[in-house]
Amino acid sequence: MLAFTLRRFLQAIGVMLAVGVIAFAMFRFAGDPVNQIVSIDTSAAQRAEIRHSLGLDDPVLVQFGRYFINALQFKFGVSYQFRLPVSSLLAERLPATLELAICATLFAMVAGILMGVYSALRRDTILARLFQAVSLIGISLPTFLIGILLIYLFAVTLGWLPSFGRGEVVKLGWWSTGLLTVSGWKAIIMPAITLGLFQMTLIMRLVRAEMLEVLRTDYIRFARARGLTTRAIHFGHALKNTLVPVITVAGLQFGSVIAFSIITETVFQWPGMGLLFVQAVQNVDIPIMAAYLLMVSLIFVTINLVVDILYTVVDPRLRSPVGRAA
Amino acid sequence: MSDAVVPHRSEDHHAPTGWFKRALDSDIFYSFRRSRLTMVAAAITLTFFLLAIFASWLAVQNPFDPAQLQLINSRIAPLWTADGQSPFLLGTDEQGRDVLSAILYGLRISLAVGIAGVVFAGALGIALGLIAGYFGGVVDSVIMRIADVQLTFPAILIALLVNGVAKSLLGNRLDEMSTLGVLIIAIGLSFWVQYARTVRGSVMVEKNKDYVAAAQLIGLPAPKIMLRHVLPNTMGPILVIATINLALAIITEATLSFLGAGMPDTMPSLGTLIRIGNNYLFAGEWWIVAFPGIALAGLILSINLLGDWLRDALNPKLR
Repeated sequence: MLAFTLRRFLQAIGVMLAVGVIAFAMFRFAGDPVNQIVSIDTSAAQRAEIRHSLGLDDPVLVQFGRYFINALQFKFGVSYQFRLPVSSLLAERLPATLELAICATLFAMVAGILMGVYSALRRDTILARLFQAVSLIGISLPTFLIGILLIYLFAVTLGWLPSFGRGEVVKLGWWSTGLLTVSGWKAIIMPAITLGLFQMTLIMRLVRAEMLEVLRTDYIRFARARGLTTRAIHFGHALKNTLVPVITVAGLQFGSVIAFSIITETVFQWPGMGLLFVQAVQNVDIPIMAAYLLMVSLIFVTINLVVDILYTVVDPRLRSPVGRAA
Repeated sequence: MSDAVVPHRSEDHHAPTGWFKRALDSDIFYSFRRSRLTMVAAAITLTFFLLAIFASWLAVQNPFDPAQLQLINSRIAPLWTADGQSPFLLGTDEQGRDVLSAILYGLRISLAVGIAGVVFAGALGIALGLIAGYFGGVVDSVIMRIADVQLTFPAILIALLVNGVAKSLLGNRLDEMSTLGVLIIAIGLSFWVQYARTVRGSVMVEKNKDYVAAAQLIGLPAPKIMLRHVLPNTMGPILVIATINLALAIITEATLSFLGAGMPDTMPSLGTLIRIGNNYLFAGEWWIVAFPGIALAGLILSINLLGDWLRDALNPKLR
């Protein structure tokens, strides 16, 4: 168990190092940092001086070491567009993205489980078929089209919800939250649905398939024979057993939700990290791109690591073969 | 799918001759004819391809040629509404560009980038998968570790990063053709992993079979064995992945263009048209964004349905 955890941990560090090399290569070689600082009429001597003061003359390995140590302290350099430290830009926008991602995941889980259970229990009803159709659309349509459709319906035609921004935000220390104001709640509804729709269809299909499978097993038949109520069988016995894979999928998908918020944030002009990243790509702001890559990788790697380790805690069968190999 | 439980047909007495007849008589064509949804999807996909190929004959104007655009024709509503004007069937945008013509030309670019991206991803993935599977050892583990790492990131993130880096290396102001190339490379680099994994898996199975040993014994060089003997036996799953990936590649291109990191306004793809049209949604000019959106959704949905059918039809376990 310890050997497995350690091995898995080392692997995660290896992945982060590899991503770090890519981020450094982008930072250092794609776009000359000096050109971003100086103006056109700076002399060659001055350029060389700036180059030297930035440490760009040092061996590449030394530079990588410096970048690495800075990154560990969350120093990612200065943004080319904003002339501000990248880390403070990211920190300022982190709450917006996290709130959106958490709301989207909660929406996906609640709606997905409800729809999945319903379409497994009442397989041939019209509503169940409608859910299937919605799930096909949720998987096929690009996120931004769904966002535009929602905006057209609820913001342009009906005028119920705002089409952009976060509404009023309240400062709690360094964290800014939109979840304490009415306008904040109104503003998050459409982005959260847009972002969570794909995960919702995923969870719905998963719950439906698992429920259908579980309902065929012997212990359910036995529970029926014991005369338990249908409600107790469906929700106490069957649903409970489908929840482990659902939570796993929802957890593993959280990283994707954060990455896909790039698109949702652009559609709804949501002031989060994703929007910052898209603007960085448009304006070739390499320090922000490199830092965003590092942050998202860290989130992905951490989630995968935690899920893998939790699995071995929950299921001892997974331990033995790997343990022996190590 | 319901066509999974089709009973096997009795053998024909007169064996068909020629590849066309053989194709008509094959299991795959049989399962194709059994599924009405698949036939509709195939018809729609084919229509989209034909529209894209013959765009320049079908469109009433060339939307890339500023000389053919007249501002007097700007923001005309679709033909069936009260403000409609002939010949602008689906209305015009703010530059007086016919929406239908723009869709036809945009479709051409979306499909071209999608197909080229899938071909590039396939070539890269197949090559790396063959090398990893055939040689094994260190080469294998290096390629597969890279694949593992890349698989944990969504394709759109990788495509955006490749796009940003390419722009920074080539200068921010690219002309249309180099943007096209950058997009194809970005999509190719985001989607190669699945091919590599599939090919590697099949190659590991195939390379222990007698025919590979025989080929090695008569002294054929490794590349020839890989390409001529092993590769053809791995093509079934590759075809399925390629079809489903075509839909994904088209979505990725549309998303990049929508985010402003793809095709420029001067040579719009469907995604660019949606981004432009999105700005006019609040002014009530819904047709500028709606019709490109419908075209994109229809294209993706029908390709996806085709891919699903192909996966079931080629899966021997479902026969």
